[in-house]
Amino acid sequence: MSSEYFDKKNRYSWKSLLKNSFSGHQNWPQARRMATLQSQYDVIIIGGGGHGLATAYYLAKEHNVGKIAVLEKGYLGGGNTARNTTLVRSNYLWEDAANLFEHSLKLWEGLSADLNFNTFFSQRGVFNLGHNLQDMRDIERRVNANTLLGIDAYVLNAQEVQDKIPILDCSKRSRYPILGASWQPRGGIAHHDAVARGFARAASHLGVDLIENCEVIGMDIAEGRIQGLETTHGYVKANQVGVVAAGHTSVLANMAGLRFPIESHPLQAFVSESMQKVLDTVVMSNAVHGYLSQSDKGELVIGAGIDSHLGYGQRGSPHLIEHTAAAIKELFPQFSRVRMNRQWGGIVDTTPDASPIISKTPIKGLYFNCGWGTGGFKATPGSGHVFAHTIAHDEPHPLNRAFTLERFSTGRLIDEHGAAGVAH
Amino acid sequence: MLNIYCPYCAEKRDEQEFRYAGEAYIARPERPDEVSDEEWGDYVFMRSNHKGLIWEQWEHVAGCRKVVVVNRHNVSNVIQATYTLIGGKEAFLAREQTTQGVV
Ligand SMILES: Cc1cc2nc3c(=O)[nH]c(=O)nc-3n(C[C@H](O)[C@H](O)[C@H](O)COP(=O)(O)OP(=O)(O)OC[C@H]3O[C@@H](n4cnc5c(N)ncnc54)[C@H](O)[C@@H]3O)c2cc1C
Ligand SMILES: [Zn+2]
Repeated sequence: MSSEYFDKKNRYSWKSLLKNSFSGHQNWPQARRMATLQSQYDVIIIGGGGHGLATAYYLAKEHNVGKIAVLEKGYLGGGNTARNTTLVRSNYLWEDAANLFEHSLKLWEGLSADLNFNTFFSQRGVFNLGHNLQDMRDIERRVNANTLLGIDAYVLNAQEVQDKIPILDCSKRSRYPILGASWQPRGGIAHHDAVARGFARAASHLGVDLIENCEVIGMDIAEGRIQGLETTHGYVKANQVGVVAAGHTSVLANMAGLRFPIESHPLQAFVSESMQKVLDTVVMSNAVHGYLSQSDKGELVIGAGIDSHLGYGQRGSPHLIEHTAAAIKELFPQFSRVRMNRQWGGIVDTTPDASPIISKTPIKGLYFNCGWGTGGFKATPGSGHVFAHTIAHDEPHPLNRAFTLERFSTGRLIDEHGAAGVAH
Repeated sequence: MLNIYCPYCAEKRDEQEFRYAGEAYIARPERPDEVSDEEWGDYVFMRSNHKGLIWEQWEHVAGCRKVVVVNRHNVSNVIQATYTLIGGKEAFLAREQTTQGVV
């Protein structure tokens, strides 16, 4: 796919690499345009994480909606986008969810070319381990459901898992015996910062104003319609507003006088020192709650669980790290002496059915995309794509029609706790 | 890691002895069979989830197994006070009146 919206000077290619090498790489053009807040926009996106930037990109690329801005209270991609463990997969249980995540996975597969930016998307496969008979039944059910929808999914027995991941302890004497796994070969990881930067650069070239250090502090709503926003950079008029604020969804919902079925929890991750490559895939275990992959830099990237209590402080409790580290050590005994380098937390927006909300609201012109909880990174392109459609048409895309706010009064929930509630 | 005072055990105990039990003082509709789907959905699923001082329930599962109410700031994690369910209600209602629920 060509990116005709980049002029020659800005397109990355082997030619531009060669040309810039002659001037010692000192003259590369700015990756994106610096913008200041104007007094009025047709569409404003609140939240400059991956999802918000993707929304702005697809709005500008595929829909004719006029002038667009993204308002970010910190720096672009500094929220959960910068803090997640970057797993990408689409093996969800229910049709609505699996189709949405598969749409996203397909977009990932062409994303680097589309954005003219390397997102380091690496389809190294994802294993979900089963440790008891019930786990294996659930795995078979999910793999069958995936297969029926045309999503790649396999059930492997313990020996097949052992053959593919030699350093995993699949022996019978292990503390959490492994009976088998589900395997999605097209799953994998991507580079979190690269995704945000790629979308930001492409959106900026399509004319989107990206405004950093600009916090939305109030909403101007009159006659049942959004009129504008109060921000730390002053008042700005808007015809339509899309909120993509992850952990801060409820804070913004309160500004609009809306109630959401969202709870914000700290979620942690940690990485080890860099070491030689020993793991070329992604391993997740719901039952013992640990999952890991090895980054291109050689660090083990390990995800822990959420704190049970609500919290907006971007840090989590030590006992959760301990729990996960203990589980990882049982699965991979040889990691017992690996030193951990860094640990951090993000704030995730969880919903009662562990599925997102991508929806219109009772207020005209105001839309929310939230509730991705512990597992929204993988959905970044798909989420932005269907949300852009929802805003541009004032009508959901067929793929997000089920992900309404109303489902919490009609009862048509999309219960993904088995696939998404714990692991990511 | 939180240290939570249990008013029944009259002791400050480690968070891991407790199980989180969500937002406190959510009023169940008095006549469930008469409310609309929206009102029932609101009761079951919608949460305040605001940033700041919150009222929450913790069950002392590894201790006395009673439910206690904790008034905690969810950014700093500073616990202002802990109450029994009945004991906290008055303070909760008084605070709600002065702040209209937004803290
Ligand atoms: C430790 C951890 C591990 C995870 N692992 C995975 C994983 O392996 N796979 C996966 O698929 N998902 C994972 N996730 C979840 C994933 O990170 C999120 O679901 C996803 O990134 C959320 O969407 P976002 O990128 O738009 O959010 P964010 O990047 O958080 O963007 C929201 C933005 O809104 C801004 N904002 C908030 N309030 C305001 C305001 N008032 N005004 C202006 N801006 C505002 C914030 O500053 C923030 O930048 C993980 C999350 C964490 C924390
Ligand atoms: Zn007690």
